[in-house]
Amino acid sequence: MLRYVYANDLHKFSDLAHSMFVDRADQFKTRLGWDVDIDQSGEERDQYDALNPLYVIWEQPDGSHGGSMRFLPTTGRVMVNEIFGHLTGGVPICSPFIWECTRFCLSRDATSKVAGALMLGGGEIMRNFHIDHFVGVFDRRMIRIYRAIGSSPDVLGTEGTGRDQINVGLWEFSPNSFDMVAQRAGIAPEISRMWFDRSFGGPVDQQMALSA
Amino acid sequence: MANRINLDKILKILEATSTLEGIQDVIEKVRDLFEIDHIVYHWVDSVGEQYGCGTYSPEWVKRYLEQGYLRTDPVITGCFQRFHPVDWKRLDWTSKSARVFLKDALEHGVGNQGYSIPIRGPNGQFALFTISHNCDDETWEKFTDRHSRDLILLAHYFNRKALDFEPNRTPEQSRTLSPREVDVMTLLAMGYSRAQVAETLSISEHTLRVYVESARFKLGALNTTHAIARAMSRGLIVV
Repeated sequence: MLRYVYANDLHKFSDLAHSMFVDRADQFKTRLGWDVDIDQSGEERDQYDALNPLYVIWEQPDGSHGGSMRFLPTTGRVMVNEIFGHLTGGVPICSPFIWECTRFCLSRDATSKVAGALMLGGGEIMRNFHIDHFVGVFDRRMIRIYRAIGSSPDVLGTEGTGRDQINVGLWEFSPNSFDMVAQRAGIAPEISRMWFDRSFGGPVDQQMALSA
Repeated sequence: MANRINLDKILKILEATSTLEGIQDVIEKVRDLFEIDHIVYHWVDSVGEQYGCGTYSPEWVKRYLEQGYLRTDPVITGCFQRFHPVDWKRLDWTSKSARVFLKDALEHGVGNQGYSIPIRGPNGQFALFTISHNCDDETWEKFTDRHSRDLILLAHYFNRKALDFEPNRTPEQSRTLSPREVDVMTLLAMGYSRAQVAETLSISEHTLRVYVESARFKLGALNTTHAIARAMSRGLIVV
């Protein structure tokens, strides 16, 4: 299932959170050879994890992490502006309708469904919070994965080659692509909606409280 | 509640405001234009300085502070350090302290419906822009469906205005257009189509869209046409 969790709530899902940061170490350090920091417990974290980002996490049936990504609003501090600003023509990306999506990560034993499910989670964020675009940083390998799940970004800028290639890309929201992403992920829109409401508080269960 | 809002008019009034007190006047005007009960804007900066303005009654503000509701108010606990807009129905009102607070708020005319927009600004600044009203669920849903996007924009423009008055604030470059943005806006002002602008500047149309969006937000504009007009009137582009 998909969970949407702010950093300051990760302690409520401590095993899931730990396995997410360990899988990030495995993906970014071990497999991709990125210059990232790993702490003593084997977790990969950077300065943006300290800014209370919102994580979208695929939880495996056994409770462990299957895949995840991290969101921050571009009106505050974000990686694309602070570290990769030179890749976007020197134009800082800043808008209440654009969020940054980084650290897209899949665990080694994630099924092919997981990437699609995460994209669907991105679609829920866009349609519920009025977000028009995600801007993100990703490596070359991800281009193929994004294409496979029917959610290819437009590349705004690129540096490096081969394994070291880093891209800044842009995703746009359209209601049509939401349905397509849901279909490819093999997840009914109603189920996706239920997971979203479970994380953000369903509008229906609170009815009583407000009218009581 | 209003169906159609002349947001452009509101933004012009907001932009012309040059004092902190002026923001209070604007917030009252906006409340009247939307024909809703209340709007409140509240911010906390990186060193804990606070500022707020809004239309709640002085009695409620006094009561809120006296009771220390800041610690139990589900709107505050549900929005602090977050960044997605929230309908109050999605917040957790189940605790006893939340129910006590809610009863008191209703008695003070806050309204049974609310929508809050948390804002994350530069340097760890946090602000909250909230509207509230008394009506049934269906009416409220229709209203927020229709206006939430405008309200998000308005919230951020209010915040930017408030940041202008922050003491000791470091001047930021964020509102001058970058050379790339100047190029884009100039060509659009000259009547080039998006495709022509993209081709002229050797960028994709998607990249172009992001440049236009960032320029639009810097200029405090509603849409591209509005942004071009503003850039021209401020002398940022010359056609």
